[in-house]
Amino acid sequence: MTDPSSNSDDIIAEFVDVHRHYQMGDDLVRALNGVSMQVRRGDYLTIMGRSGSGKSTMLNLLGCLDRPTTGEYRIGGRDVSQLSDDALSDVRGTEIGFIFQSFNLIPQLTVLENLEVPLFYQGRVGAESRKKAKYLADRVGLGQRLGHRPLELSGGQQQRVAIARALMNDPLFLLADEATGNLDSNTEAEILNLFDDIRAKDGITIVMVTHNPIVAARADRALWLKDGEVEKLVENGNQAVVAGEHA
Amino acid sequence: MIRDGWRIVRLGLKSLLVHKLRSSLTTAGILFGVASVIAMLAVGEGAKREALERFRDMGVSNLIARSKRPAETQSSSEQSSWTALAYGLLYSEADLIQASIPSAVVVRIREIKRPMMRGEYFHTSIIVGTEPKFLGVTNMEVREGRWLASIDNKRLANVCVLGATLARILFPLENPMDQTVLVAGNDRYRVVGILREQGRTAGAGSTPYDECMFVPINTSRRRFGEQVTTRSGGSFSRERIELNEVKVQMPSSDDVPDGASILRDLLDENHKNQSDVVVTVPLELLRQEEESKRMFNIVLAVIASISLLVGGIGIMNVMLATVTERTREIGIRRALGAKKKHIIQQFLVEAGVLSALGGLVGVTVGIALPQLITYWFDQTTHTLPQHVLLAFGISAGVGLVFGIYPAWRAANMDPVDALRHE
Repeated sequence: MTDPSSNSDDIIAEFVDVHRHYQMGDDLVRALNGVSMQVRRGDYLTIMGRSGSGKSTMLNLLGCLDRPTTGEYRIGGRDVSQLSDDALSDVRGTEIGFIFQSFNLIPQLTVLENLEVPLFYQGRVGAESRKKAKYLADRVGLGQRLGHRPLELSGGQQQRVAIARALMNDPLFLLADEATGNLDSNTEAEILNLFDDIRAKDGITIVMVTHNPIVAARADRALWLKDGEVEKLVENGNQAVVAGEHA
Repeated sequence: MIRDGWRIVRLGLKSLLVHKLRSSLTTAGILFGVASVIAMLAVGEGAKREALERFRDMGVSNLIARSKRPAETQSSSEQSSWTALAYGLLYSEADLIQASIPSAVVVRIREIKRPMMRGEYFHTSIIVGTEPKFLGVTNMEVREGRWLASIDNKRLANVCVLGATLARILFPLENPMDQTVLVAGNDRYRVVGILREQGRTAGAGSTPYDECMFVPINTSRRRFGEQVTTRSGGSFSRERIELNEVKVQMPSSDDVPDGASILRDLLDENHKNQSDVVVTVPLELLRQEEESKRMFNIVLAVIASISLLVGGIGIMNVMLATVTERTREIGIRRALGAKKKHIIQQFLVEAGVLSALGGLVGVTVGIALPQLITYWFDQTTHTLPQHVLLAFGISAGVGLVFGIYPAWRAANMDPVDALRHE
């Protein structure tokens, strides 16, 4: 499907002069002020910046949880910036795999049921979804924990389940928000290795919002935000280092 | 589709089980509401049936004219105690009624209170002098022997038919058939028949027919006459009554209104001033009773529904708390692709499951409760299936109605805020 010579086909998510303004009392807050950027297939992009730089707003917009005030957001070539609430829900359900800092598994559901949630909302729950959930649970090393409740698992295990859940709908890209923020450094390394692994083996595109340089160091590129604008785009070029660590 | 539905219900149950105590308390609110609606309706229905039964006993196609002792007036108290107070229905009036309503069956009744004796057994009760037609009009049955015949009337025969209770009192150990009963110490009546137990309250005045003795009316007229002397304290009072009651059976209940107006017109002419005759139309009373019981039922149901309403408010309360507690979950679900309708569905089903559980247990309790009411308070109850369905339906409706607002609130949360919620 992808023609290597055609660059535009490789762009799976794209901001074109995106503004996001909030009215806070009498003040107009320009959380994002004309951001343009692109995510390519197979990218490992981190979005970095201090608090208040517009990271969270960027994440919400990337995740279709929010709409830009002006500007275009294209996913897979389609402008989703002004879609209805239901249509945005569909985009989230089919194109995006969310991973959160606090794991965000649903406590009363088992691991298996948590994994099935994204497909449930597309009416795709059944033998097929169960098979896929088992496969992905195996993939993240939790094949034996399908019947457990989230609170019976460690933080690292919960985040593995969350990663598996994010992969259930075969998303266009994974959108991670401080995915290792609640984990100790050993577990953080395990999770980051898992990201590297699924990226290497499954060619998954990853967009990670973080302020942690250790996390950012694993990525190909880092987009730095400052005061709602793009400050710089750093190409890490340390793919070799990552690969080396693996070896 | 059905599998998805089941999945949603199971999910709802699971979420409710997280807070077992809270969920069961909320369920109890609905439970009591449903149970009380069913029980109240059963009590109302029971009371209605009891009343209807009473009037049906009197016969819905019957008209009843009864002599009544007129209220003591100045002139009557000054009356010499030697002249009898004459009042009530006359034989000639019974004939006139029959002539005016030819299609009707007119039965004349004379009631006399007398002591009756059989060996050592003794009872004071009413001797009903009447005609063979009486049996059909009152819809009574003979258990043993035969009923009074026209020939008995013609011959002024000293024969009697006993009500079931009276037969038991006077003949506790032997078969009364062909035995004799001594009335007022000097008259002997041969028992020719015994009536089947009626178990009704309708009878000769306040005495049920089960406790009466029935004799041919001509015999009664001959033996006891029309003048009755009663002694109270030192004074005598004399009364002259020809007939105590005339029962008029119309061909069907449709003819009752016409018959009633003819009867009233006729009797009004003779008894207007004295008001010594009362006309009772069981069908009219039945209608009145039905109407008043209907109101009674509605009031009971409304009162019971208030408890359901309170139960509903309980559900709303709990669902609002649940929605607030699970704001994060709502955010997660939205992020994973849930539309507003999915969130609404989820919380509505949860509210529905709460109230349906309460409704189910409430139906069980509601069916059992009337039995206990009957047992403890001797109050007739009757549970109708449609009342059970109604109560259950209302409870399910209450769950949905009171679940709508919390569910709507859940669905309209901003996903970003919901996800950030601690």
